[in-house]
Amino acid sequence: MIKKIAGYVGEYKKAAILSPVFIILEVIADIIIPYLMANMIDIGVGMGDMEYVYKSGLIMVGVSMLALIFGVLSGRYAARASSGFAGNLRKGIYYNIQEFSFANMDKYSTSGLITRLTTDVTNVQNAFQMIIRVAVRAPIMLVAAMIMSFYISRQAALIFLGTIAFLGFALYSIIMHAHPNFVKVFEKYDILNASVQENLTGIRFVKAYVREEHEVKKFKKASEVIYQYFLKALNYVILNAPVMQFAMYTTVLLLSWLGAKQIVSDTMTTGQLMTLFTYSSIILNSLMMLSMIFVMMIIARPAMERIGEVLVEKSDLTNRENPVYEVKDGSIVFEHVNFSYAGKEDNLNLENVNLTIRSGETIGIIGGTGSAKTTLVQLIPRLYDVTGGSVKIGGVDVRDYDLKTLRDQVSMVLQKNVLFSGTIKENLRWGNKYASEEEIIEACKLAQASEFIDTFPQKYDTYIEQGGTNVSGGQKQRLTIARALLKKPKILIMDDSTSAVDTKTDALIQKALKESIPNTTKIIIAQRISSVQEADKIIVLDDGRVHGFGTHEELLKNNDIYKEVFESQVKGADTDEE
Amino acid sequence: MKNRKAAISDKAGEMKIAKTNPLITTKRLLNIILKEYKFYLFFVVIAIVLSSLANLSGILFLRVLFDDYITPLLNKTETSFVPLLKGILTLAFIYYSGVLFTYIYNRMMMKVSQGTLKKIRDDMFTHMQTLPIKFFDTHAHGNIMSLYTNDTDTLREMISQSLPQLLASIITIISVFVSMIVMNIPLTIVEILMIILMTMVTKKVAGKSGKHFMEQQKNLGILNGYIEEMMEGQKVVKVFNYEEESKERFVQLNNNLRQSAYHANKFANSLMPILGNIGYLNFVLVAVVGSLLAINDVSGFTLGGIAAFLQLSRNLNGTVGQISNQINAVIMALAGAERIFILMDEEPETDDGYVKLVNAKIQDNGEIKEVPERTGVWAWKHPHNDGRVSYKQMLGEVVFDNVDFGYSEEKTVLHNISLYAKQGQKIAFVGATGAGKTTITNLINRFYDIQDGKIKYDDININKIKKADLRKSLGIVLQDTHLFTGTVADNIRYGKLDATEEEVVAAAKLANADMFIRHLPEGYQTMITGDGGNLSQGQRQLLAIARAAIADPPVLILDEATSSIDTRTEKIVQEGMDKLMEGRTVFVIAHRLSTVKNSDVIMVLEQGRVIERGSHKELIEKKGKYHQLYTGAFELS
Repeated sequence: MIKKIAGYVGEYKKAAILSPVFIILEVIADIIIPYLMANMIDIGVGMGDMEYVYKSGLIMVGVSMLALIFGVLSGRYAARASSGFAGNLRKGIYYNIQEFSFANMDKYSTSGLITRLTTDVTNVQNAFQMIIRVAVRAPIMLVAAMIMSFYISRQAALIFLGTIAFLGFALYSIIMHAHPNFVKVFEKYDILNASVQENLTGIRFVKAYVREEHEVKKFKKASEVIYQYFLKALNYVILNAPVMQFAMYTTVLLLSWLGAKQIVSDTMTTGQLMTLFTYSSIILNSLMMLSMIFVMMIIARPAMERIGEVLVEKSDLTNRENPVYEVKDGSIVFEHVNFSYAGKEDNLNLENVNLTIRSGETIGIIGGTGSAKTTLVQLIPRLYDVTGGSVKIGGVDVRDYDLKTLRDQVSMVLQKNVLFSGTIKENLRWGNKYASEEEIIEACKLAQASEFIDTFPQKYDTYIEQGGTNVSGGQKQRLTIARALLKKPKILIMDDSTSAVDTKTDALIQKALKESIPNTTKIIIAQRISSVQEADKIIVLDDGRVHGFGTHEELLKNNDIYKEVFESQVKGADTDEE
Repeated sequence: MKNRKAAISDKAGEMKIAKTNPLITTKRLLNIILKEYKFYLFFVVIAIVLSSLANLSGILFLRVLFDDYITPLLNKTETSFVPLLKGILTLAFIYYSGVLFTYIYNRMMMKVSQGTLKKIRDDMFTHMQTLPIKFFDTHAHGNIMSLYTNDTDTLREMISQSLPQLLASIITIISVFVSMIVMNIPLTIVEILMIILMTMVTKKVAGKSGKHFMEQQKNLGILNGYIEEMMEGQKVVKVFNYEEESKERFVQLNNNLRQSAYHANKFANSLMPILGNIGYLNFVLVAVVGSLLAINDVSGFTLGGIAAFLQLSRNLNGTVGQISNQINAVIMALAGAERIFILMDEEPETDDGYVKLVNAKIQDNGEIKEVPERTGVWAWKHPHNDGRVSYKQMLGEVVFDNVDFGYSEEKTVLHNISLYAKQGQKIAFVGATGAGKTTITNLINRFYDIQDGKIKYDDININKIKKADLRKSLGIVLQDTHLFTGTVADNIRYGKLDATEEEVVAAAKLANADMFIRHLPEGYQTMITGDGGNLSQGQRQLLAIARAAIADPPVLILDEATSSIDTRTEKIVQEGMDKLMEGRTVFVIAHRLSTVKNSDVIMVLEQGRVIERGSHKELIEKKGKYHQLYTGAFELS
């Protein structure tokens, strides 16, 4: 997983390598400086040799300038590498999602995908930057400082080794004890957030039932749980600072004793002791940084796992070799089609469907909720693959077509349809990028949309808000029909696409489609009998099976479900209004 | 209506900018902390001071170590190591008490920060519950959510980490400065100059990186918006072969974000090396000036003195670096706190009502008497100015008298609405989307207040009725049934929190929901999660009806309650609904005219006006809009 994600560093590999290289150089300079300081104090200040003080001061400033340059460069490359890596990662995820089939999409919630593309990537980016900057610096600083101290005084180095062992153990056990508690805290956090979310969506119910206090009580309970768990986790974390101080102070005390003894016995100089103090703080800082990286990795790991999940997800709908690039006509044949969303033969959503539809026919589909109307039509543009049997268009199995060709020829108006932010024209051009003004107007006329578009001050240049919230439900449906028509498809599928359109307009749309695009096969899913009774043939679906297939009159005579629905709608003299 | 929302949220945006004042926000935040934790904070400050002083005395010990112990030993004026040992032991005592104080203040701060956060969260939620529906209409849920997540998180970082660190830093700086001045004034001046240099550089670099960070947040927002939109519409993208176009724009936005992230981090990353190396420069300067002073024997400056001063200087530089690291966190947290305070400052729903709903008993002489227990009879308790209290039986009659209403002052969406609903009548509203049907029902339960005219409930102006009591007397079932996380029984009980198990089952039976509930894996105890995603639309609807049934309100509002259910399932739901409607005043908004047909009065709405009213029969005979809606299909065919 890490390897796969690390691959997205891509063209920023150079920066990702240069950054630690400069860090190494910076560290070397950083380690030399305290050594120079020691000499400056011992020889220069101690002996009163001003010339030496100036000289070593100049060298120190020179080295420090180098360290500055290396430091800034490494920071710059780290920024380039991490922001580039994050960009590539986002692009990788987004591109892969574009390849997803409907089945892939069903596995993830929209908000889950958004989180992956935003928060998760940001977490990984921060961890990555941290790692290339600090994960190199800290160990090198640690080792270099250890070597230098060893060089100055073996006993001092031994003291440091003891400190490292103590701190390493202490920090490790703090993290290990705190971590499971933090995991729990974040779980509880999710629960709390979910309850706020729920409260927001259901606020009308809360207010209508006067349950504000009840909700507050619920919230406070959840919030109290978080508080308690947080305290539990922090109980360990707060040990961090005192433990660090303890280690640092102990080192200073031992060093003072040792240093004094060695200076007196002339095996150490004052400057060297000062340097050792500096190295001791470098060593402790490095350890602290290492523990921070550790924590960062723990936070970033779940994010990486979630990202990896999407990156390795492969679409199961792919072009076969040498696909067919031409759809001959709009005839559709279902042969013994079985289908299951779960891909299991024993849990079929569609069972043994056999249908023959001639090119240019208008077909209505009627059936109750859950009777698999949408499922059935989604197999035509190959949004899902059949579990058994085959679907053929123009005499060719849909799996043999080039996917793009197939979907260009099968235009589908989805039940849960979406308009995008942009002008009406831009939205309609989704159907055909190069559609002329005339073609757009023509399609809108067919979809009975031109009438209301003309009432907008900016007509076809009217800006549609995200999700199409500034047009009514019926208007939105008519726009999405026009968009689908612009494709000039051989097959047009409308999945309950006129439910919010009034009966009269609905009938006008049906009529226009019949007259203007007679050669296009039209498949219409509807709740209302009136929307489909004029169709050449009507499919009655019940619980994933074809219960009837025939004309309105035939079905009225011999299909009890159809009869029942018709009676409840028409005999009871029921029609719909917008 | 959507434009109205946009206009209001724009205004809110302006308000946010105008109100920005970090000082006021800080003060307010501190007040919250102080109010609850004055006592704690007092000890925290003391512990921090003691801990910093312990740290400082360690640094100052260096001078003592060199000058008072090592030098005499070197010069053989002292031969015993005992004084040194004593000195070190004294320091050890000071040091380890410092460790103890560090632990104490960390532990106390943990309580303070978590307690404060809990308080803020609880207060925020409690206040949010009092806000009017209008607030929820005009604020994106995502933005409100981020108050509870992002903003509270940054606040946690600040209170638990930045705040004590800043406090410790300030104390360190002050005490270090004092020691420096005591030790040597010329060197202190050098030090001050360097600190000024560091501050200026920090300001400059942080300013640059801050500008790019803002840019980055902006680009992130734009990209998030795009991602959200495309993910919502991903299936449409597939159906229209629009993948390439969707990638094109993404790449553009993604590049913008990458660029600004690069620049922001570039500057942020260079701050530490710059400060670190100014620190080295500082070191050299102090060493040079110090040596000059020592060599020329000015003011008795010693080797130990220089060593200690250098150590102090390192400490000071480190502290300044730490502060500059915290500044970003503090700024972000203050911005978050400000957003939270804006929510807390939102005006709550006003309620001047004084008429209350009480359980009542009708005595033999026809007089109404208030009783504590539930009797199934309710009365309006009406206190008068002269201290008299009168009771009126609650019947469920609703009268609209020339009501005008608009979501904003400028745009009226309902004009001159008058209606008279007698007890037990069924009133239906029909008309196109946006004609104002739902708006009317929202006025009855006072989700919104009317601009002109009068609404009376049992002949009492609804403004006089306490909102909670008014709403308790109204049951609503909406098209989008919202279910809460909890068991099926919990969800039904939402209508009456103290309902017994028998009452829950009875309500479910009335709503025709009992059958399917018994078939669920754990019956009434089946958990509902994620807004009832595991139930079908029809089942959810039945639960909503049961929930309304258990509340047993005299007035019911059914807003498109069956429209997303197919005709066959509707039959079952309709049966439950019919049972529920018996004996109640019902306002029904329906998609299907069959649901509306047997209403006592049908009101046809168009653009906020009642254009026709009457019974089904009357309206059909009238051959107006209703007739057209009703028979449209057949004329055409």
